[in-house]
Amino acid sequence: MNLHEYQAKELFAQAGIPIPKGKVARTPEEAYQIASELGQTVVVKAQVHTGGRGKAGGVKLAQTPEEAKEKASVILGMDIKGYIVEKVLVTEAADITSEAYLSVTLDRESKMPVIIASPAGGIEIEEVAKQNPEKVLKLRVNPLTGLLPYHSRQVSGFLYADKNIRKQAETILKKLYALYFQADLTLAEINPLVVTKKGELIALDAKVTIDDNALVRHPEFEKYKEFFGAEKIEEEAKKAGLSFVKLDGSIGCIVNGAGLAMATMDLVKFYGGRPANFLDIGGSSNPEKVIAAMKIILADPNVKAICFNIFGGITRGDDVATGIVKAVNTLKPKVPIAIRLVGTNEDLAKEILSKVNLNVFSSMTEVVKKAIELSKAA
Amino acid sequence: MGILIGEKTKVIVQGITGRDGSFHARQMKEYGTKIVAGVTPGRGGEKLDGIPVFDSVKEARETTGTDCSVIYVPPAFATDAIYEAADAGVPLVVCITEGIPAADMLKVYHYLKTTQTRLIGPNCPGLITPGACKVGIMPASIHIPGPVGVVSRSGTLTYEVVYNLTLAGIGQSTAIGIGGDPIIGTDFVDVLALFEKDRETKAVVLIGEIGGTDEERSAAFIKAEMSKPVAAFIAGQTAPPGKRMGHAGAIISGGSGTAAEKIETFRKAGVPVASTPAEIPALVEKVLGKSERRKISFASPKLKKKAAAVKMDGFKGNHRKKTPALAAKEGRTVAHKNRRKK
Repeated sequence: MNLHEYQAKELFAQAGIPIPKGKVARTPEEAYQIASELGQTVVVKAQVHTGGRGKAGGVKLAQTPEEAKEKASVILGMDIKGYIVEKVLVTEAADITSEAYLSVTLDRESKMPVIIASPAGGIEIEEVAKQNPEKVLKLRVNPLTGLLPYHSRQVSGFLYADKNIRKQAETILKKLYALYFQADLTLAEINPLVVTKKGELIALDAKVTIDDNALVRHPEFEKYKEFFGAEKIEEEAKKAGLSFVKLDGSIGCIVNGAGLAMATMDLVKFYGGRPANFLDIGGSSNPEKVIAAMKIILADPNVKAICFNIFGGITRGDDVATGIVKAVNTLKPKVPIAIRLVGTNEDLAKEILSKVNLNVFSSMTEVVKKAIELSKAA
Repeated sequence: MGILIGEKTKVIVQGITGRDGSFHARQMKEYGTKIVAGVTPGRGGEKLDGIPVFDSVKEARETTGTDCSVIYVPPAFATDAIYEAADAGVPLVVCITEGIPAADMLKVYHYLKTTQTRLIGPNCPGLITPGACKVGIMPASIHIPGPVGVVSRSGTLTYEVVYNLTLAGIGQSTAIGIGGDPIIGTDFVDVLALFEKDRETKAVVLIGEIGGTDEERSAAFIKAEMSKPVAAFIAGQTAPPGKRMGHAGAIISGGSGTAAEKIETFRKAGVPVASTPAEIPALVEKVLGKSERRKISFASPKLKKKAAAVKMDGFKGNHRKKTPALAAKEGRTVAHKNRRKK
């Protein structure tokens, strides 16, 4: 789960990482209020779950409360990569002398948390790594020892020459690393980490990703859950025990298993169609799940045909078939359906489906071709 | 013979009294896996279909001499179960559980390095050496013994590929799902090294997906270290960046980990990549050596009959002796075993 900048900064503040003063506003008036409380030049920043806010015009400087109100009214409601801005962060503008990059993230290759640091902050770290790899330090930390003092010294020495600034950087890194584990993050990023004219280090921006698998043990993050556009449907699907990602094609896919679901989407594209979604109904085969899946797919007006690809293992074919029949009877879909169903209780499933005149294919290739053909006829 | 598990492997089931644990313990036993014990804390002394249940892995290991544990416990208790098995000295631990936090797995991974234990998973379907031993949740009946090792990050996609191989008369030495999480105990390279050493395995099918760099490392390993041919398939060509595709580990992040990158890397390393799962058997036949290919085409009518039997009857469960064709398959396996004993 990704957090907004202002939420990530809440976590930073709790962890003792210095951040600029600021508050979140939902209306231009609130932005005015916050700017006058701060009593100085502020930055108005769009709060959306996507990068590239600055480029899209979602980050603006404002000298006065009036200007903050004006800028907020432009930014609120703005569409940034499909995300509508509902909140802005109004925060102190800092007088800065340098911008660096600092993060803790998961290194899948070494199976260790990795600290990434660069004196070239304020731009995407992937870009820096490509253009100036010598300006990027990657330091892997064995999770059994945790962060050691020499790690911190190495990082601070890589970033700064000044002794006093180095000390501050070491403290920030320690707190960031502790937060990474305490909050079960997969990314804790400060970009930029700035030195102010007063010689203080502060986290000017904050980006945090929480490990979805760990959310169950963090009830305190419940309040951060919010969803926009397609995310709402994806969350609804999650509650029904489904894993769903919206795409923009016309073939609705309902599959059991994540790998097979991806392979099905790929096959749709291979044969000249476009998948409307990724949908994994999971391992156990409750007929209700199939109904929920059909509902979600049918709510998408782009869908011209539905393609089922079920490989029974723990998933029982007859359960899925029962679900399909129930869904067809209650939802009365207008779009055609092509079904591939093999595996556990395949024969039973075919019998159930034949009663509602649904044909079952035994190969993945056949069903995908059929679904594309049906979508074109519709 | 295959890798990691065989007919002599003595398996215990952690979480045997749970819904999933009991169901799959029975399925595995029916397939012929030696299930010697189960473990559920507080339920020691009970029995499940004659399988003794112990309070701890230590007791179970001391009593039965188990060399493999399979874990079916909820995510909140799964890492404890892995540590317990490792500390009891179980050499192979297979964790089926999905949903373990990555931070917990980081610690498990590095702790296990200090022990003799190999972990498969988590969030995996387990592994099967057809005709000898199944440890996991896959539908056993789609597998037939043969020369091809299968390794994958996925569950049902592995079944799909195995099914296609079987229908084409190509059997499997061992089929193993290493898991869909970002942090797993055994990765592609580990399994490829095992297949390279295994005498029965003549070729390998690797099924990868978006996310991480495990496929890239495999390509380098295959080029540098492997004499046996490998064919690959990569799922997720249509996956959008930044979105998790079901598996916790299947995500394109910061523009890296895409299917296109992985396919390109494999092709550069001389590893053919199938465009669709249905293409895999033909690709495998191509990469297999001449002698192996002859064996397959030689035995083809017979094997295809068996494959057809798998399709017709195999799915009804593990009732392996109920049809003549499956009895024949059984017979072959037995004859095969006897041959080796001589």
